[in-house]
Amino acid sequence: MAGPSTAPAEVDQPVDDTSAAPDQPWIVLVWNDPINLMSYVAFVLQKLFGYPKEKADRLMLQVHTEGRAVVANGPRETCELHVFRLHEHGLWATMQHDA
Amino acid sequence: MGRFRRSRVARTRRGTYELHLAGPERELLADLVDQLRELLSLTTDDPTVRRLFPTAYHDDPERDREYQQLVRDELLERRLAALTTVEETTTLAELTEEQLSGWLTALNDLRLVLGTRLDVSEDAGGELDEDDPNAPALAVYGYLGSLLSEVVDALTDGLPPPTEPEM
Repeated sequence: MAGPSTAPAEVDQPVDDTSAAPDQPWIVLVWNDPINLMSYVAFVLQKLFGYPKEKADRLMLQVHTEGRAVVANGPRETCELHVFRLHEHGLWATMQHDA
Repeated sequence: MGRFRRSRVARTRRGTYELHLAGPERELLADLVDQLRELLSLTTDDPTVRRLFPTAYHDDPERDREYQQLVRDELLERRLAALTTVEETTTLAELTEEQLSGWLTALNDLRLVLGTRLDVSEDAGGELDEDDPNAPALAVYGYLGSLLSEVVDALTDGLPPPTEPEM
């Protein structure tokens, strides 16, 4: 979805993201990559999280234009499962403390 | 690749999916799936397939090692299962949703591996330069993208109603 400069080892440290709920210690991020189709990313977000198409499209476009988006938050175990399922679908997802 | 050609993948009223693919397309896909299976049998660490096993904690190598140990085998198993689905249904004209989901995974994995190998940029898929030694591979990459896009559209039609309310 993105320019050619993005590669897994070279991602920038994400900046503070205020869209996650403050009481949730972990956030799941999806990062821009040049290969995954935009429609595919939106489909996966709908399928895995049950998001309405509008929300999935909005998150996908945020990934596309801003380089990453917070797609879920919650306890570590839940987030790790989300990351696994995103990886299973070939999306470039990471998780971190919502610092 | 006519703009007005009908989609090769269509959801039926029964909830199955018709697959309108010509013989050579099916042969190409079978061959690509075969190559990916062989590649994955050799390694999951090679840079070419590394994209199929991404980092989960990029700011915490220790935790990421634990994550990789926990999930690597299962990720590999699921990818191989998707390849098996395609192998077993290569010649079928109609697929179940589960089978088409296997195709979805396999097609996307093939694009990820081929795109990584070709070091594609986002606008790949435009005009091909026939003098480019990568032109044949880029053509395959473009083909996979167009087919995947039709699979995605068909499966999006079949998604259940959203469960998560709009934020």
